[in-house]
Parts: sequence; C-alpha cells; structure tokens
Amino acid sequence: MAYQFDFLPVLHNADLLLRGALFTLELTAIGTLLGVSLGIVGAVVRAWQIRPFAAIFGVYVELIRNTPFLVQLFFIFFGLPSLGLQISEWQAAVLAMVINLGAYSTEIIRAGIQAIPRGQLEAAAALAMTRFEAFRHVVLLPALGKVWPALSSQIIIVMLGSAVCSQIATEELSFAANFIQSRNFRAFETYTLTTLIYLVMALLIRQLLNWLGRRYIARNR
Amino acid sequence: MDFTFWDILDNLLVGLQWTVALSLTAFVGGGLIGLLVMVLRISDNGFARGFARAYIELFQGTPLLMQLFMVFFGVALLGVDISPWLAAAIALTLFTSAYLAEIWRGCVESIPGGQWEASASLALNPYEQLRHVILPQALRIAVAPTVGFSVQVIKGTAVTSIIGFTELTKTGGMLANATFEPFTVYGLVALGYFGLCYPLSLSARYLERRLHAAS
Repeated sequence: MAYQFDFLPVLHNADLLLRGALFTLELTAIGTLLGVSLGIVGAVVRAWQIRPFAAIFGVYVELIRNTPFLVQLFFIFFGLPSLGLQISEWQAAVLAMVINLGAYSTEIIRAGIQAIPRGQLEAAAALAMTRFEAFRHVVLLPALGKVWPALSSQIIIVMLGSAVCSQIATEELSFAANFIQSRNFRAFETYTLTTLIYLVMALLIRQLLNWLGRRYIARNR
Repeated sequence: MDFTFWDILDNLLVGLQWTVALSLTAFVGGGLIGLLVMVLRISDNGFARGFARAYIELFQGTPLLMQLFMVFFGVALLGVDISPWLAAAIALTLFTSAYLAEIWRGCVESIPGGQWEASASLALNPYEQLRHVILPQALRIAVAPTVGFSVQVIKGTAVTSIIGFTELTKTGGMLANATFEPFTVYGLVALGYFGLCYPLSLSARYLERRLHAAS
C-alpha cells in the first residue's frame, strides 16, 4: 500500500511550530550578541598577545572548536549541576551557544584584526583620536567588515546547530516538531515542514546580516 | 551494577570506535558524491548547475538533526526497516558531500581559466581537461580545507546519538545515567572527540601554512 502523505495534522499545530521558531530566533539573537562580544574580546586579546589571557583564550578556542556542540551542551546541562551550579534548559542552551560562537568568532575576528596594518593605529594617534575612537573606527569596524561573510556563516551554523537543544528539552523549533510528531504520528510530514522552516530562517538571517553589514559595518571599511 | 572508572573508559572506547567508523564511512562516501556534485556545480548545463546549487543550499541551510530525521523517517515510509546506523551513514554522507562539493568547487575555480583553454587546445575533452589538468592542480589547494572539514564530520557524528546510534556521545549518555557522574563522563567524551579532532585541526593548519609558503 502506498503511503498517503497528510500535512493537515501538522498544519493544525502550526502555532506550536511558529512559537518554536520564534524561540529559536530568540536564542540565536541572544547567543549571537553575547557570543560575538566574547569573540571580540578574545580576538583582541589573541591578536595583541595580551598576557596571560592570550594563552587562556587559545586553549578555550581549541577545546571548543574540536568538540561537538551537543557534548558541550550536555556537559553544561548535566555536568555543571553536579558541581552545584543549577541552570535551566534555556539558560544552558544560551550558555552553550555563547561559548561555542565565542570560540569561533574569536578566530574569525582575530584574522580580521591581524589584517589591519600597524601603521593605521599610528595614523589614528597622529590624528589625535582617543584610544577608544581609534579602536572602534580603525581596528574593530574595519576588521569586522573584512570577516563579515565568515562571521555571518558561523552565526547561521550556530542557529542550525541549536536544533539539538531539544535534547535537553529547550522548547525551540525542533522540540516543537518532536512534540507534534509524537502526537499525530506524522513524523515525516512534521520534519519536512520543520526543515523548510529552518531553511527559510537561514536564508532570512543571511539577508538580515548582509543588510546589517552593508548598512553599519562595511561602509566603515 | 557498579561501574569503576576503567569500566567507563572501556565502554567509551567502544563507542569511540563507532564514531570513527561512521566518520570514515561518511567521509569516503561524501567524498565520492561530493566530487559528482562539484562536477555538476561547475558544468555548462544550467539545469545540472541549478540542481547542484539547490542540493548544496539544502544541506548547508538546514540542521543536520533534521536531515537525520528526514532520512530515518523517510526511508521507513518506503516500507524498508532502517537501522540507526544506516540512517546515520546515509544522512552524514549526504551532509558531507554538500560541504565537500562547495569546498572543492572553490579550489577548482581558483585554477586560472587559461588552464582550461590550454588543455582544450591540446584536444582534451572536458572530462580529460578536468581529470588530467585541473584536478591535479586543484588537489594541492584542496588538501588543507578538506582535512579541516573532516573535523566537522567527526563532530557531526555526535548528533546521530539522537536517533539512537550508539557512538561515543550515546554511550556517554547511557553511562552518565548509570553512574550519576555526568561531569566525569561527559568530560571524558569531550576528551575523546578532542583526541580525534585536534590532530586533524593541527595538520590542516600546518598544510595551509606550507601551501602558502610554497606559492
């Protein structure tokens, strides 16, 4: 007997999917803001070899980039409580995303900072810019401009990777999908629709980041 | 039943072997399909190019977890019983192929166009041009990013624990539940992945530096 596809039972739960998708976007937004901030700090410390933090960030970057996100998430959610640190599912999800993106963006932004000639900072000093102004206009924004496409890709990878957060019961999009298919037994239809939603979110975030880059970052190059 | 530290380690090492087996399968299979997709992606045929582009976008724009679920539940719809191992191998192979196709396309396109024209003037057909002139040169550039991507494949295998494939992460999960020592167990699991991935990351960086020094 041929399988009859039926998407209706999934569409009946469209509100659950929508709520899940919004939560995924929320997690991604917080994770990106904090993760990229951490990455900027790490990149400066690594690029300018500020001791002893350069070595600490070096170990952090290698540890995170060479272990799976899922294991980092489990370590945070199941491991930390045994040290007496209780955190909720969504806090664990955000923490894991921040730590993960922080490591990748440290390396990405560091490459951008190192691509800026030393003379640029000296020129800024000659123009009587304060150290903060010089850092912001001569180092950070041009560096971000250079690596913006790579950074955007990494943010999208983190958003897609957050699908595994359903495993610690963070109620994001894939959690909603698991819930729906466990009720209507339409697993294939549910996951097809969910996959499409992820695809659309990835494309939208790419557009948004391109726009942000053109509007606020690259024009400073 | 009581687990000593050595029992935990022993079980994790068995899981690690499955992680390695799955990584190798996905990497070899993904390499073969990836080569095919790359050829379609650079072909003169607009339909083939469009197909390859959509294929790559689909796998790079959706979570690996969803790809796994789609294969796992999709194949079951055909009335075929599918084991977690097979579903994991298929999904991870397709995932790998999309990324490798895109990485290798970049390498092939970085070869100057004059090389294609020169080999065409030697009466080589497009296949021969690619096989004997372009690919040997592109291969040199491709080694470093390919080794670098193998790290992503190994890390990707962790997600297959969710559909019940008993590799390193799944073994760790079961041990953590049995021993109530999640901190130690997941620490060891992370160490296992690090032991596999870090040497690959280092060699990718070394290969990249050597390539830049040579050119």
